[in-house]
Amino acid sequence: MPIDIDIAHVARLARLDLTEAELGAYKTQLGVILDHAAKVQSLEGEPHPETAHPLGFVNAFRRDETRPSLDREEVMEQAPARQDGYFVVPPPLDER
Amino acid sequence: MSTGPQLHDLTIVGAGERLRSGDVTSVDLLEAALDRAHRTEAQLHAFLTLDREGAGAASQAADADLAIGRDRGPLHGIPMALKDNMCTRGLETTASSQILAGYRPPYDATVVTRLRDAGAVIIGKTNLDEFAMGSSTENSGYGSSYNPWDITRVPGGSSGGSAAAVAAGSAFGALGSDTGGSIRQPASLSGIVGLKPTYGTVSRYGLIAFASSLDQIGPLSKSVTDAALTLGAIWGHDPLDATSYSGAYPDLTADLDKGVSGMRIGVVSELAGEGYEAAVESAVQEMVGDLAGAGAEIVEVSLPTFEIALSAYYLIAPAEASANLARFDGIRYGHRAPGASTEAMMARTRAEGFGPEVTRRILLGTYALSAGYYDAFYGQAQRVRAAIQDDFARAYRRVDALVSPTSPTVAFKAGDRVDDPLAMYLSDICTIPSNLSGHPAISVPIGVDDQSLPIGFQVMAPALGEQVMFRVAAEVERLAAFTARPVIAEVAS
Amino acid sequence: MSWEPVIGIEVHVELATRSKMFCGCAVSFGEEPNTNVCPVCLGLPGALPVPNKQAIDWIVAIGLALGCEVSERSVFHRKNYFYADLPKNYQISQYDIPVCRDGHLELTVDDMTRVIGIERAHMEEDTGKSTHVGLGGRIHAAEATLLDFNRSGVPLVEIVSKPDIRSAAESRAYAQELRRLVAELGVSDARLEEGSIRFDANVSVRPGGEDEYGVKVEIKNMNSFRSLERAVDFEIRRQIDALEAGGEVVQETRHWDEEAGVTHPMRTKEGSSDYRYFTEPDLVPMVVDAEWIAAIRAALPELPAERRARYVSSGLDDELAGVLSAVAAPLRQVYEDAVAAGAPARQTANWVTGELTAWLRRSETDPEEAPIDGRRLAELVLMVEDGTVSSSAARDVLEGVLLGEGDPSDVAANRDLIQMSDAAELEAAVDAILAANPEAVESFAAGETKVVGFLVGQVMRATSGKADPGLVNRMLNEKLGG
Repeated sequence: MPIDIDIAHVARLARLDLTEAELGAYKTQLGVILDHAAKVQSLEGEPHPETAHPLGFVNAFRRDETRPSLDREEVMEQAPARQDGYFVVPPPLDER
Repeated sequence: MSTGPQLHDLTIVGAGERLRSGDVTSVDLLEAALDRAHRTEAQLHAFLTLDREGAGAASQAADADLAIGRDRGPLHGIPMALKDNMCTRGLETTASSQILAGYRPPYDATVVTRLRDAGAVIIGKTNLDEFAMGSSTENSGYGSSYNPWDITRVPGGSSGGSAAAVAAGSAFGALGSDTGGSIRQPASLSGIVGLKPTYGTVSRYGLIAFASSLDQIGPLSKSVTDAALTLGAIWGHDPLDATSYSGAYPDLTADLDKGVSGMRIGVVSELAGEGYEAAVESAVQEMVGDLAGAGAEIVEVSLPTFEIALSAYYLIAPAEASANLARFDGIRYGHRAPGASTEAMMARTRAEGFGPEVTRRILLGTYALSAGYYDAFYGQAQRVRAAIQDDFARAYRRVDALVSPTSPTVAFKAGDRVDDPLAMYLSDICTIPSNLSGHPAISVPIGVDDQSLPIGFQVMAPALGEQVMFRVAAEVERLAAFTARPVIAEVAS
Repeated sequence: MSWEPVIGIEVHVELATRSKMFCGCAVSFGEEPNTNVCPVCLGLPGALPVPNKQAIDWIVAIGLALGCEVSERSVFHRKNYFYADLPKNYQISQYDIPVCRDGHLELTVDDMTRVIGIERAHMEEDTGKSTHVGLGGRIHAAEATLLDFNRSGVPLVEIVSKPDIRSAAESRAYAQELRRLVAELGVSDARLEEGSIRFDANVSVRPGGEDEYGVKVEIKNMNSFRSLERAVDFEIRRQIDALEAGGEVVQETRHWDEEAGVTHPMRTKEGSSDYRYFTEPDLVPMVVDAEWIAAIRAALPELPAERRARYVSSGLDDELAGVLSAVAAPLRQVYEDAVAAGAPARQTANWVTGELTAWLRRSETDPEEAPIDGRRLAELVLMVEDGTVSSSAARDVLEGVLLGEGDPSDVAANRDLIQMSDAAELEAAVDAILAANPEAVESFAAGETKVVGFLVGQVMRATSGKADPGLVNRMLNEKLGG
């Protein structure tokens, strides 16, 4: 039996502006996929929090040394909107 | 059109020999590849970007180097293609998504730097399923790719463009990425060699991430030796990748000619039966028999957790992807939609920029991680993953390598599975376990079915067991003696 | 109804490493926007984080200084939320296995020692900076936001206290003490005004004697210790007022408005509380073993609590030990050297925390450049002890030394401040004054003992201030028969 999902909430969490029709379609599809994915619950035992690296090593660090940063021009060239070296975006809801 | 083997049909090893004997130049090799691309791209759409200028300069530099005796190794002067989810500085990199249309990275991926240092000539960027999510390349944001063996069929995915380019001869070798089988499955469907190395052995720095704990870059090529040489050029510790292995790396080519006599090879019992095409199963069984004949001891091995591997994968991969793709918000690069607030702009940008499969997986992943569902889904999937690793460990106490079909079917018709996500996901049932375990696995073409569609044979080995994997794969290649090449229907221009 | 405030404070400390937490970009302030950025801290596709070992060393140091248990194995998590200044739209942080847990911080507030529990200290990365601007000259609502990612990726240690704080004054003391500790460890500039240390407070109230916690309100935007104290004070009263009027306290985040002196509710971000934490797959676990911890512990400077304890055991009372401990390091060095040269601890401490500090402040001299060393201070203190100069004259001697007039003995001689210590000379002076003031003598005999003070003053005048006033006082009392 397909699982019921609050698809509008999930879409909000994921910042996806979907139409009602799209939400409906995804909800159905996700239900079917999750039903299949729920097979993982057939395995007994405590849920695992960590993804174990297959080679199991730890403590991968870098020394506290600086490396050259990117050239700002090259970075800003990719920016959809820019001003005086800043990225420009419309303001967030709580500042409008 | 000539009937004998042409320049573009050569393996990397073969091309390298001709290069060093002075028979051909790198520029010749590039011309051959570009010519082939010119003749086949209308049918195959393997490439998103062909970098004639950059490749031209690189091939000339390669020739100049050779002329003064500076030989950078087996990939020197060889035209190679890169899946378009690897960052190439100044050259458009889109991950096949509209959300990155026109994006030019300000840096090279580590593998790109290493290829350049090895003297390879980067001919262009190949098509893929958007953000590497898919098994047919039909999810590309720029149109599908097609299989050189039958242009009404898919080349597999997500590295379908790289597979098609190598199979067609538009590149002598290519790099792809494999998260659930995305190198091996297209290699199998396109009749070439493709492998996923041990997780952590090839740097992911500069690979546009899909699922961080599963993604690995690997080679697609015409031969097992080519694959070994390519892997050797790109793998090794990278300080820019914290998951990169810094210990000792195996010798990849030492055992290529050793044969399988005395080896114990396990056949995975779960990877057979319903859903597997008869031609695939019989070809695989025949090869298993041949391996036995070549001196290997064949053992039937059961890894029961394989039954739920797909389920675990379809929770872990989308969960990680949902976070990895959050950065695509229209602020610093890529597509931006209008919006009165940051929130509205981001949500509209993402809805416009992502295709349906990517959207589906982001929603799935977000759900699997969200409050109240984490333990039952994501947490539980990681538990299954640990159990799969245990199953593998148990198996490798009994055998040296495991074998199976790479894909349950040969290449399917374009359009057959696009409307049925679950059916599409089942393409990866043989390949996914190795991604979950982080172990290496390779696909070797062993024959074709009665419709001349290629069949791939998968060899799996323990972590850092590439030497064993290549040893078996080389023998499989010898036994298969698979020399057929696709004949690509000319399209009226 | 008596109410008990229950306060917890969250502190974010920017570490003063050379490079950022997960990449090699420089940590540097005041630069042109977006000039210290790279694929990693900009969240470009394909970028990967690699942790800065120095930052880990330093969070362990902070943890040890706070008496925390250092987790032997800890991991990073992704904290997922969308915001313009967060380039990956997730922050690499720590969730349930932080590097440090269960410590404490000692404070002195109103002469009392309080111990505030530390819940945890964890490692994370800072965000970029948003500046909200109006584009067309409008004053009010923002029309656009400008983003600078220079700060994105700077190492941040978040220190969370247990809800053990009970007043606004304690909140301030906690914040100040923590700031001092972190600055002394040398791991951060810890400057509130620069943003290298930031405080948020969680405030609730409950009826006195009750165990159950009230509804908690988070307060943000306190940019000085004073505003922290004011904000907490306001919020406590606001909550009490609301509850006493029969209303409720709403769980929310409020913004402190320094000018108006009030907290306002902030608009809550939709869905912001579901962070969907999962272990960071681009990083491997950290194992901090006993050897590593020992190495960091050995390299720790003396901590304020240790120093206070040392001062107390050398004879200072708690309050003086606390004040001295808080004094600038160069001045503490002067104190320590003076005591090593034989000066008595308490008196020397009083000189350093009193006269010397006051002079440096008046003359606007940096403690680093205090023109006195321990040897000379010791000489001065001993001169007072043995009566060579009176304590009031000694202030002038100190000034002379600080102005470069020479050693204390030279200054005392040159300024004619050496106390009259010859008993006969002193007695002669006292006798002369008694003889010259018969009415005073009579007053004393009639019971007005206070007149001794007047007589002491007369002796001091007659001797140009060089008589030892204490000795004079005693002599007068003896001679007057009191």
